[in-house]
Amino acid sequence: MSKMKWVFSLVLRILALGATVSAAIVMGTSREKASFLSLSFEAKFSDIPSFKYFVIVEAVASLYCFLVMFLPARSSLWRFTIISDLIFTMLLTSSIAAALAVAQVGKYGNSHAGWLPICGQVPRYCDHVSGALGAGFAAVVIFLAILLSAIYSFLNPRLI
Amino acid sequence: MASGNEGQKIEADRLAPMPLSERKGFPVLLTLRLIAFFATASATIVMALNKERKALVVATIGSTPVEATLSAKFQDTPAFVFFVVANAMASLHNLLMMALETFGDSFDCKGMRLIVIAILDMMTVVLASGADGAAVFMADLGKNGNTHARWNKICDKFETYCDQGGGALIASSVGLLLLLLITALSIMRLLKPNPKPIPHNNNLVTIP
Repeated sequence: MSKMKWVFSLVLRILALGATVSAAIVMGTSREKASFLSLSFEAKFSDIPSFKYFVIVEAVASLYCFLVMFLPARSSLWRFTIISDLIFTMLLTSSIAAALAVAQVGKYGNSHAGWLPICGQVPRYCDHVSGALGAGFAAVVIFLAILLSAIYSFLNPRLI
Repeated sequence: MASGNEGQKIEADRLAPMPLSERKGFPVLLTLRLIAFFATASATIVMALNKERKALVVATIGSTPVEATLSAKFQDTPAFVFFVVANAMASLHNLLMMALETFGDSFDCKGMRLIVIAILDMMTVVLASGADGAAVFMADLGKNGNTHARWNKICDKFETYCDQGGGALIASSVGLLLLLLITALSIMRLLKPNPKPIPHNNNLVTIP
């Protein structure tokens, strides 16, 4: 890879690192105590398996971004990063979709299944989680940009 | 000049797949696309036909039980609607790509064919993975409920609905794995074009 392409890919990966780390941390620190009908309960992210999956996938993706940033520009492993970028994009998309599906039930409920929305009792928890989901969505978009730019950077030298 | 034109044509050819008449060996990509098409199409159809009606006793007035007919359909959950739509799109994409590979040799894509196939494959795999993840976690919520949020499980009352949904999820997971493999193969095919021998044009050399 030439120097310019390596620098461009590095900038994108730093953005992706920021997005995934912030999504993992914001979701991991979301908790709120509420009392409802003389019962006090605490809403944490670990109550819902979908949010746990989201935190785990974002953390692993941020670790991957961090490790790839240290790959030297002339290494032959850059072709392999396209496939691993694809796998991580897939994992990130499935985690954000799962977290969004359950968060939608939490905010609006599901009358057919008899599930009541919980955002009325823990509004700050809901806002916190929404922030984490926004960061997760930004991470997906940046990872897609990384994937497309990686394919573009490998395509151009072959056209000579 | 003619030789410059030939040079450009050769570069465009480097990014095109081999024509059907020259291909030898087992068509791996085509077979994978066929299996993925069947997997995603069956996931779509099984989930779209997922419906169960049940008469349940909801209250008792005096000594007569009051029965209400409750139904569980896939449209109740937005995640399952997304699942059906995304799997339908993935199976349509596979069908189109199979048709393009077998019958599309005469289309002049100006050297963009492999790039477009790779990018469309990537978008389809991302869409299918999102649908699969959302549907799996919603199904887990329906099967086990969530005691912290006081959401009851529904699978003990609607067993057929849950089983059919589970079957659709398994088919979609198989389709997703195959789509990932297909995308990886498409990207490898894009980055390693088959070298075509440069044609030796004897009739362009004029011997004075």
